Amino acid sequence: MIEFKGVSKNFGRTRALDAVDITFATGKITGLFGPNGAGKSTSLKLITGLNRPDRGEVLLDGRNPMDSKVDIAYLPEIDHLYPWMTIRQAASFVSDFYGDWDGERYKDLLGFLGLDDEMKIGKISKGQRAKTKLLLCTTRRSRYLLLDEPLSGIDILTREQIIQTLIRDFREGEQSIIISTHEISEIEGLVDEVVFLDRGRVRLQGDAEQLREERGMSLVEIMKEAFRDAN
Amino acid sequence: MDFDLARPIYQQIIDEYKKKLIRGELRQGDKILSQREYAEKARTNPNTVQRAYREMENMKLVETVRGQGTFVCIAPEQLELIRNEMAGSVIELCVSEMKALGFTEQEIRVRLEQVLVNAKEVITDDRV
Repeated sequence: MIEFKGVSKNFGRTRALDAVDITFATGKITGLFGPNGAGKSTSLKLITGLNRPDRGEVLLDGRNPMDSKVDIAYLPEIDHLYPWMTIRQAASFVSDFYGDWDGERYKDLLGFLGLDDEMKIGKISKGQRAKTKLLLCTTRRSRYLLLDEPLSGIDILTREQIIQTLIRDFREGEQSIIISTHEISEIEGLVDEVVFLDRGRVRLQGDAEQLREERGMSLVEIMKEAFRDAN
Repeated sequence: MDFDLARPIYQQIIDEYKKKLIRGELRQGDKILSQREYAEKARTNPNTVQRAYREMENMKLVETVRGQGTFVCIAPEQLELIRNEMAGSVIELCVSEMKALGFTEQEIRVRLEQVLVNAKEVITDDRV
């Protein structure tokens, strides 16, 4: 379980998160939704320990992310891979770092995603780079998988493949996935829980099916309404 | 399948299976998709599919045999029950929408009759 307790984070004079309380349950897929600048990426970085809160605390299974030995696989929004590496070199780079790398799964995913690991990262298309990033983090058998805008700027067929990869490999009960995106409609059916962020605050959080049941609306419509009420 | 995203998805999964049972597309003893296969095919959260399957087991529509899969396992009375239940909800929806439009019961009856007659004519025309 991941908990945010009264978490605030500023970058200079910009407040990225403002006294946020969130609980990410274990074994679930959570959608972290909100417009650009809502605080989604900051939230994920706080979980990885790349950023620290100015106030409040982030707990990973009850511990500080810095001291935690919990496995986290993180897909950042930016292109973080070295362009001069081939996919295979990048893979061996990641596998050297993490003991939870699964060689069998790597081969399986490579085929499923239609990637050739001799390809050089600097020379492949944007969609292929997105798939490579996904390949490198889902090949690990991590307990937590954090995906920051995995579908952003990706064509529709590649999106489908990415979503299918996540479903294929999701280990119910033991693995938790958090997906941040401003494109909710793509993954409406994929999430168990939702957190709507807006300008550093939580506007709404809850169980996706329960929200549909109670409000008779899709998550996109529910989010629009939540934001209308807040403004 | 495409879900109505304004309604709980697990209920739609159950409804889809109920319809298949009523139409006879699925029969006693037939094996249905594994939860994982269903989730992949419908691009749906595996936990949602698990919930739907668990409820179908509780409703005595299917049975999961460990290591072998999930099979249709429904008593004839139970099938008749869900058949009536589904028919009831479809008709009720129709009637309540008609009433909301301001039609009287007599008008609804007449129109329903008309639709049935027209449908019969279409079928006869097709045969000719």
